[in-house]
Amino acid sequence: MFDDNITSGRRFAAVNEIVEKHGRRPEHLVAILQEVQEVYRYLPEEVLTYVATSLGLSPAKVFGVATFYENFSLEPKGKYVIRVCDGTACHVRGSALIQAAVRERLGLKEGQKTTSDLLFTLETVACLGACALAPVVTINGDVHGQATPEKIVALIDELAKGERKS
Amino acid sequence: MNATMWVDGREVELSGENNILEVVRKAGVDLPTFCYHSELSVYGACRMCLVEDERGHLLAACATPPEPGLKIRTNSKRLLHHRRLILELILANHNRDCTTCEKCGECRLQELANRLGVTQVRFRQKKQAEPVDVGPALVHDPSKCILCGDCVRMCEEVQGVGVLGFAYRGSRLAVLPAFGKKMSEVECVNCGQCASVCPTGALVVKSDVERVWAALSDPTKKVVAQVAPAVRVSFSEAFGLPPGTVGAGQVVAALKRLGFARVYDTCFTADLTVREECHEFLERLNSGTKLPQFTSCCPAWVKFAEQYYPEYLPHISTCRSPQAMFGAVAKAYLPEELGVKPENLYVVSIMPCTAKKFEAGRRELARAGIPEIDAVLTTQELVRMVRQASLDFTQLEPEAFDLPFGLASGAGVIFGVTGGVAEAVLRTAAWALDGKTPELEFRAVRGLASCKEAVILLGGREIRVAVVHGLAAARRLLETLRAGEGKYDLVEVMACPGGCVGGGGQPLPNDTDHRAARAAGLYSLDRQRELRRADENPLVEKLYREHLGAPGSEEAKRLLHTHYSPRRRISGEEVAVAPGAAAKTKIRVCVGTSCYLKGSYDVLQAFHRAIAASGRAEEFDLGATFCLENCPGGPSVQVNDKVLGQMTPEKAAELVRSLSETKEQV
Ligand code: SF4
Ligand code: SF4
Ligand code: SF4
Ligand code: FES
Ligand code: FES
Repeated sequence: MFDDNITSGRRFAAVNEIVEKHGRRPEHLVAILQEVQEVYRYLPEEVLTYVATSLGLSPAKVFGVATFYENFSLEPKGKYVIRVCDGTACHVRGSALIQAAVRERLGLKEGQKTTSDLLFTLETVACLGACALAPVVTINGDVHGQATPEKIVALIDELAKGERKS
Repeated sequence: MNATMWVDGREVELSGENNILEVVRKAGVDLPTFCYHSELSVYGACRMCLVEDERGHLLAACATPPEPGLKIRTNSKRLLHHRRLILELILANHNRDCTTCEKCGECRLQELANRLGVTQVRFRQKKQAEPVDVGPALVHDPSKCILCGDCVRMCEEVQGVGVLGFAYRGSRLAVLPAFGKKMSEVECVNCGQCASVCPTGALVVKSDVERVWAALSDPTKKVVAQVAPAVRVSFSEAFGLPPGTVGAGQVVAALKRLGFARVYDTCFTADLTVREECHEFLERLNSGTKLPQFTSCCPAWVKFAEQYYPEYLPHISTCRSPQAMFGAVAKAYLPEELGVKPENLYVVSIMPCTAKKFEAGRRELARAGIPEIDAVLTTQELVRMVRQASLDFTQLEPEAFDLPFGLASGAGVIFGVTGGVAEAVLRTAAWALDGKTPELEFRAVRGLASCKEAVILLGGREIRVAVVHGLAAARRLLETLRAGEGKYDLVEVMACPGGCVGGGGQPLPNDTDHRAARAAGLYSLDRQRELRRADENPLVEKLYREHLGAPGSEEAKRLLHTHYSPRRRISGEEVAVAPGAAAKTKIRVCVGTSCYLKGSYDVLQAFHRAIAASGRAEEFDLGATFCLENCPGGPSVQVNDKVLGQMTPEKAAELVRSLSETKEQV
């Protein structure tokens, strides 16, 4: 799992271990990318180029696979990933308001998903499968049901405060 | 009688067709297609080729094998409706600026929309103009892309490069180079084959027409042209004549009418190339070094080798290509001949090839930083200029090429077709080695098989020759060499299928039939020549006598030869490994393919450990990069601005130790 305290050197070593563990087999590309993403929390371009080199694939092919699956991200993600559900149930109960409030709290510009200090990432998802609790927000996988803009902003404040202390 | 199928109620005999589409076309129905090319694998995605069987099932004709007894319809109301619908959907997702589009008039999408009578698009327009990527040879405009994948398969299957790929999904699906970079920032070799198959204006040849018009109307400039062999057998196609029709004289006449002061023949410098390349080959044969010798006239192949096979660069003939030799002799001798100042001589190449545009800009081919070729026009672009000037091409009286660079042997003419360069060299080598009129036609190296091999007896020894075209075929051959299998003395490589006759700048369609017909045109020109060996060309001989001395002389080396260097494939990628806070020494370990395979990862680890142990980690900035363009000397490492080769983990540790010590003293 992603660990903030390891060095970039250790991270790169981990990529190499993953590639070797899979015997540099091109047909393991998806599994390799999954594991690499756990190391970096996203898929940096240069690391994808390295994976392509070691598997003997063209970078364009690796880029294609990395952009095909929704679970892969080519942009860095924040330490806290906030996902606001925008499925029908959540939508009709005002998930858009939550999104807007979070954007404003985090100061995210149009098209920007991650704060520049790499602390928070805001994503919208199609349906988290917890419609009974709508509107639903998850923060690093923890589910917060019947969310309101105020509640979520308060949670973010708390997390940010905790970060400043450490 | 063979098995049969029924197409629109008519019986059609089956004779080994691969798919229903071929049967339908045999039956005289030109079914619309976007994603089918007989040279490429079947993709079956555009659904334009749908047909209907008896039970009303819809089949993609290109992706369905024929079956005896199968009855299909190709033109029911329902099918027409389908095709129109597909076109409308494509058009709603298309930047439809036909009148100002490079492809206008030759666009498959435009043609089919017109043919099928699509007069309105009922969907909301979703695509607008986007910034286009203008590269050295091609222009890529994703807003015109219909996602047929033809270019993707061409680049990967036929060229073995893989520049373009499908990226993203759903409504964002696009065909792009890696990471959405520009084509000039990745491994593209500028062969233009992708543009040859692209049905729309999404991939087109970069036009230099305006620059040439400007030079032609500049009174201080004397504009001269050279015309490559393959142009003369394809040019007339654009004016309705069958492929392979020889139109050299009309091309010369057209260029004169456009205002070119002199029109010369690249086949002349092809003869010159043969002389130099043959001399080099015989030297290598005698000394037994740097064999096989690879040909060097194809700039897409040269860039490919620089990127993927750096260890074979010493094997590539050092001869410049005929285009570049022309540039050299033109800039060296024509100013005096024509009485013009060197800076006012403007040299334009007329080429079947997009990669020649890139070649013209190569640093190694410039003198004092100034390129010797001022502009390169592909056959397609010259066709455009002739149209812009409203010339009636078919009515032009043929004219002869200008001297002194206007006379060529048959050997120089067949440079434009796969096998031709090898054959031209063999003709002269045979004369040199056996001292008698040799067998002139080396049939074993002709034809469209992707790899042709021959063993030829010359001067009492066996010369092993291989000829490949299409870079995927070149890759296969090089991999056998790498594996220590296969032994050759001479290898000819042309990047484009069929050789230059199938170049990425040739008129469309540029398919196998057209390529074969153009090749036949060049071979017939060769047969008609009085002179068929390059060493018989009296004007080349005169050039040696008056200026160059002999093949391989110092002057010939200076003007007619060049060199190659390893080249990285992708721009600007670096992995941070240990970015020190107060870095004074920047270390980049190469993890490009060549160095990676030589164990550069262990070198990287050694640096990392040594830096951590040095106690001054903050002074080092360690990272990994992709190719330092020093591949044969790898594993390579860059320390500040210096590239060090042959790095080992031990040397790496030692280096870090000495660097930390020297700093201590300061
Ligand atoms: S690609 Fe074809 S259809 Fe599209 S704008 Fe150009 S000419 Fe028109
Ligand atoms: S020009 Fe050649 S190498 Fe470049 S993308 Fe097109 S097919 Fe591939
Ligand atoms: S660029 Fe051209 S050939 Fe490639 S997918 Fe798009 S339309 Fe097809
Ligand atoms: S041509 Fe058959 S599906 Fe495209
Ligand atoms: S791969 Fe080219 S220098 Fe390392």
